[in-house]
Amino acid sequence: MAEKPNLIGWTCPRPLQNYPTIVLGHGSGGKMMADLIQHLFSPAFENDLLGQMNDSTTLDLTETFQSIPSNRLAFTTDSFVVSPLFFPGGNIGELAIFGTINDLAMSGAKPLFLSAGFILEEGLPMEMLGKIVNSMAVACKFGGVKIAAGDTKVVNRGHGDGLYINTSGIGVIPDGINISAKYARPGDVVLINGSVGDHGMAIMSVRSGLEFETAIKSDTAPLNGLVDSMLEVTHEIHCLRDATRGGLAAVLNELATASNVGIEFDEKAVPILPEVNAACEMLGLDPFYIANEGKFVVVMPEAKAEEVLFVMRKHPYGKDAAIIGKVVENHPGLVTARTSIGGMRVVDLPAGELLPRIC
Amino acid sequence: MCLGIPGKVIELFEVNGMKMAKIDFSGVVKEACMEYLPEIKVGDYTLIHVGFGLSILDEKEALETMQLLNQIAAME
Amino acid sequence: MEVCGGQTHSIIKSGLDQLLPKEINLVHGPGCPVCVTPLELIDKAIALASRRDVIFTSFGDMLRVPGSSSDLFAVKAAGGDVRILYSPLDSLKIARENPDKTVVFFGIGFETTAPPNAMAVVQAQVQGINNFAMLVSHVTVPAAIIALMESPDVKVDGFLAAGHVCTVMGYWEYEPLAQKYKIPIVVTGFEPVDIVHGILKCVRQLEGDRYYVENAYARSVIREGNRPAQAVIQRVFELCDRPWRGIGVIPQSGYRLRPEFAEFDAELRFPEIQSIETKESDLCISGLVLQGRKKPHECMAFGKECTPQTPLGATMVSTEGACAAYYRYGRYADANRRIDGDKWLKNPI
Repeated sequence: MAEKPNLIGWTCPRPLQNYPTIVLGHGSGGKMMADLIQHLFSPAFENDLLGQMNDSTTLDLTETFQSIPSNRLAFTTDSFVVSPLFFPGGNIGELAIFGTINDLAMSGAKPLFLSAGFILEEGLPMEMLGKIVNSMAVACKFGGVKIAAGDTKVVNRGHGDGLYINTSGIGVIPDGINISAKYARPGDVVLINGSVGDHGMAIMSVRSGLEFETAIKSDTAPLNGLVDSMLEVTHEIHCLRDATRGGLAAVLNELATASNVGIEFDEKAVPILPEVNAACEMLGLDPFYIANEGKFVVVMPEAKAEEVLFVMRKHPYGKDAAIIGKVVENHPGLVTARTSIGGMRVVDLPAGELLPRIC
Repeated sequence: MCLGIPGKVIELFEVNGMKMAKIDFSGVVKEACMEYLPEIKVGDYTLIHVGFGLSILDEKEALETMQLLNQIAAME
Repeated sequence: MEVCGGQTHSIIKSGLDQLLPKEINLVHGPGCPVCVTPLELIDKAIALASRRDVIFTSFGDMLRVPGSSSDLFAVKAAGGDVRILYSPLDSLKIARENPDKTVVFFGIGFETTAPPNAMAVVQAQVQGINNFAMLVSHVTVPAAIIALMESPDVKVDGFLAAGHVCTVMGYWEYEPLAQKYKIPIVVTGFEPVDIVHGILKCVRQLEGDRYYVENAYARSVIREGNRPAQAVIQRVFELCDRPWRGIGVIPQSGYRLRPEFAEFDAELRFPEIQSIETKESDLCISGLVLQGRKKPHECMAFGKECTPQTPLGATMVSTEGACAAYYRYGRYADANRRIDGDKWLKNPI
């Protein structure tokens, strides 16, 4: 993404240089852990909240509620276990920040505070951790959130894939905004903010045994700014859902089930990059089931949809936005698609982990 | 056994005595074995199945299929 | 009947069968190596993959196929070293990198996959890689067509031959079959436009009372096929009788490794797997479905004990399996019926 600043250069501060990799001592609450926090986490996430240095952080929301009329908070949590830790277009740290910002944005909330819990595997290179943490810091600034609480544990070698991150997030939902998976109604239209399958195929391109050369990059991005600009046009947005694991198909099925409606979309209307399409064909995968990290589905009444689409297309994370389908009364709970040749197919929930096929 | 997709040969080389190629599938590049296509040249289109080229696509026939596709598109 | 599972997949994915005139009924054939791999081979694969000294490599399609009591995915979850490959040659790379383990590759497929699989064996021999073995389960199309046509219950008027099998083998083998059974056989590709093209040629022959082999996939297939590929198949494999899951043994319908390559045969290297006992689900009728003799919803377990999440047989697991396809469309028909009461919505099933 052209707009996100890129941080690659991070050098290991003196006190940590004695330990080129994480060892168990870094998690045991003693001097080594204090060094790690003082020289790696704190400089990266530095803010007045973490500076409180208490067992829990006190969040004073007086000013927040003065500027945003509200009496509702949004709260979410997500754990990130992606492997490899670095992939084209991003790393696990960025995913952890943007992913949780996005979950809050999908409720129409203004994301404010995140927590970050790290489970480090013994043997994780310090430099790798430093780069990830610092890109998280940059991601926070970019997304407009603060890390308000954190935790670190270290597990034995062989127990962790290098690094797992959990982020929880709190946001404020302004009065008048009511977005839920249950609110889709027949007659609504379905939109998406851009091309599908980028993130999953970027990961696949570096996955051992299936690697291929490509310019496909993960689409990981904070979507709160885009959602804000849409809500400025109208509050009449029924559903927002980001299409992460399970892809577009999973999200549409979830919405259809939660709202007990049918959803029909047009395969040809869904934006897909030619490279992503080619990579999916090569491995025998369906792009509608591939994970995204910067794409979300919108369900809203038809009346203002074109206006919202216009605003989306002006935003860097919505430039390929499109109307892809509609909500119908028929086949409640099921999603169907008009195929490329004008036929119809039922688009079910994915059965399990998506596997490449030869057949 | 069935999934074979066409790609363009952009480079030919040898590995362990086997003829190999870099294949471009609309911007995605992957290696494939060309042992079964001794006459293949850079620029040819080939059908790839599980990392092996199995046929060199006949351009004239491919164009005829494209024409069929265009006819269908024109009808919509 | 379209023979190839990949063609079935394309038909279902594009909804092509619903767009055809009602006089044309597409019967989905047994051309799905996932579906027809015998149960005992899945169990043997599971046994090998569970060994600590084995790295089991396979194409992705096979991972969720149910064996007697488990599947490769479950073995992987339990700690078995099971890896998905893009190409059989990747097995050799893994073997070189892991000299203390034996890499066993699940060599499934029709004739299309036989040349790549054969090359892995040839290269293992040439490069002196002795910690590599193949669990062979190849099947061939012509014998299956013969078995189908000889069966009194199967009523097929024309065949769409598998385009990629014919890319390798050519189509001269089908000429005597077309003549003997007086049935059009059209070599067909995989895109919806290719399949429609194949169906059209078939219908024209039937309307003209003719029966011969025609090529509707000429951009990839020639009558003799790929000679170098056939030569390597001949060198490494020989024809043998093969059991087809749910159908039974079809004579001369499979490949096995020739004696010269016996050292790479997983069943000889790990002889203990030869005595594995299998138990097919009593409820599963996938064999009858594969032959087009029964439709999936005629199975007692369909939609109840057997669903895509809890499959009893391969036709429910495989994305092109007839049972999986019917399940999806069946739910659609049900959902529409619920809101429409007595009035049926137009739907193809």
